[in-house]
Amino acid sequence: MSTSNYPRHWKRPPQIIQHPGWRLGLGIAAMVYLVLAIGSLEIDWQRVSIGLERGQRFVVGFLQPDFVSRQRDIVQGLSESLTMTLTSTVVGILISIPIGIGAARNLTPRPVYLVCRSIIAVSRSLQEIIIAIFLVAMFGFGPFAGFLTLAFATIGFLAKLLADDIEEASHAQLEAIHATGASWWQMINYAVEPQVLPRLIGLSLYRLDINFRESAVIGIVGAGGIGATLNTAIDRYEYDSAGAILLIIIAIVMVSEYTSGLVRKWVQ
Amino acid sequence: MNEPQHYSQLWQWRTPRVQLLLWAGWLALVALFVWCWQVMTQDTIWAFVLDAPAQAADIGSRMVPPRWGYLPELMAPLWDTLNIATLGTLGGVIMAVPVAFLAARNTTPSVALVRPVALFIIVTSRSINSLIWALLLVAVIGPGLLAGIVAIALRSIGFVAKLLYEAIEETDARQIEAIAATGAGRAQVLNYAYLPQLLPAFCGISVFRWDINIRESTILGLVGAGGIGLKLQASLNVLAWPQVTMILLLILGTVVISEWVSARIRRAII
Repeated sequence: MSTSNYPRHWKRPPQIIQHPGWRLGLGIAAMVYLVLAIGSLEIDWQRVSIGLERGQRFVVGFLQPDFVSRQRDIVQGLSESLTMTLTSTVVGILISIPIGIGAARNLTPRPVYLVCRSIIAVSRSLQEIIIAIFLVAMFGFGPFAGFLTLAFATIGFLAKLLADDIEEASHAQLEAIHATGASWWQMINYAVEPQVLPRLIGLSLYRLDINFRESAVIGIVGAGGIGATLNTAIDRYEYDSAGAILLIIIAIVMVSEYTSGLVRKWVQ
Repeated sequence: MNEPQHYSQLWQWRTPRVQLLLWAGWLALVALFVWCWQVMTQDTIWAFVLDAPAQAADIGSRMVPPRWGYLPELMAPLWDTLNIATLGTLGGVIMAVPVAFLAARNTTPSVALVRPVALFIIVTSRSINSLIWALLLVAVIGPGLLAGIVAIALRSIGFVAKLLYEAIEETDARQIEAIAATGAGRAQVLNYAYLPQLLPAFCGISVFRWDINIRESTILGLVGAGGIGLKLQASLNVLAWPQVTMILLLILGTVVISEWVSARIRRAII
């Protein structure tokens, strides 16, 4: 019995890019890019080393948060953020349902489909913060501009996912309801709604979550909410207040993520 | 029992009790909405809101046509923005891998001690937006590209680690056991059992995050963290609306291209 033909060594074949030439080429390209990119960075190490002391103060502030001395501002910012989140989510959902139905290819005629899809594309391609800059310029500072921003962003998100969901809905059920002589509205009500409603509820809760997180950001450009309070605290170098605000944001996000996960599990 | 006049009297979807509860729930939601609306708008100056269409028309008329001559000046900031996104993703991914292995139930050294810490890192990183990270880092290490890169990296940890640890928990245990049964050490199990199962997901997640990071790095300049956002901030401050239009068009083009690239790569890998 001989084992001489049996290979003694085995090397795992490459997984992603099999062709050796491509691997070499991509490797060289990546190296060249890294050298160029790192070469074009201008880092002021002196400034960084000064900053490390400040960073230490921030970490200390984070570990010993000060909830009390700016309590009024924090409560005000938080109530603006939370109310803005809820109202914008509700309004966004209400607007995104008709747009989502309009953007489903299997339910609507071609022109309506194109109009609704382009609304979605515009809303999705613009960043919240850029929309917020414009809306603050138009509607003035404060949570109302933030509310409009978040509602607008919600439309793109929810309408797209809803439309994709409707397009994937089982065709058999649509046809069955259609065969009973149902009108278009009855088809929406009896064939589409039962199929997409659980997912729509889940997505709405998820969006509520996202909207709260975004509401913490758009305050930086003047659209109200906890972000404005945070920005002020950092500008004043009050790192203990900033740490307190960040901890509150993290806690609310954790709680809302956990509860929305529970509700989604219960609905689906 | 009376003869039913119509079939609708025979069948109802929900019991009266459930129906009542549903109505109560909707009523509570509407009441909450109205209350929130009143709290939110108590400081709103309605004159500004009514004035908005006129303001919009005014800004709109100033924004067109975009100033095409500004384009060459934007190329250097655009290169910076791409670098922030790419190097930030790289740094974030490198830090996310160990966190993901510590957070996954089947690879963590201790479910009671290490896993909660790893999960807390993930939640912290995910719940703070990259713009807020940048705001903090600009205050700490000064304005510039480095603050942007670190902000993107810190934000990416949570995203990448969360998706990766879910992928690790879904790996096929039989393959891992088979490798372990050959007498492989821990590193070898990692290399020959986990890696082949995780590599496609890992590459997909990284490219996906890179695409998101391109989007986010375009605005980091608003708080001073370098890139094309700095130009946007400068143009907004002097109300140079034609330049703003130009920058927004460039951002839009970059985002569309990066989305296309990432979709192509992901389709090739997965």
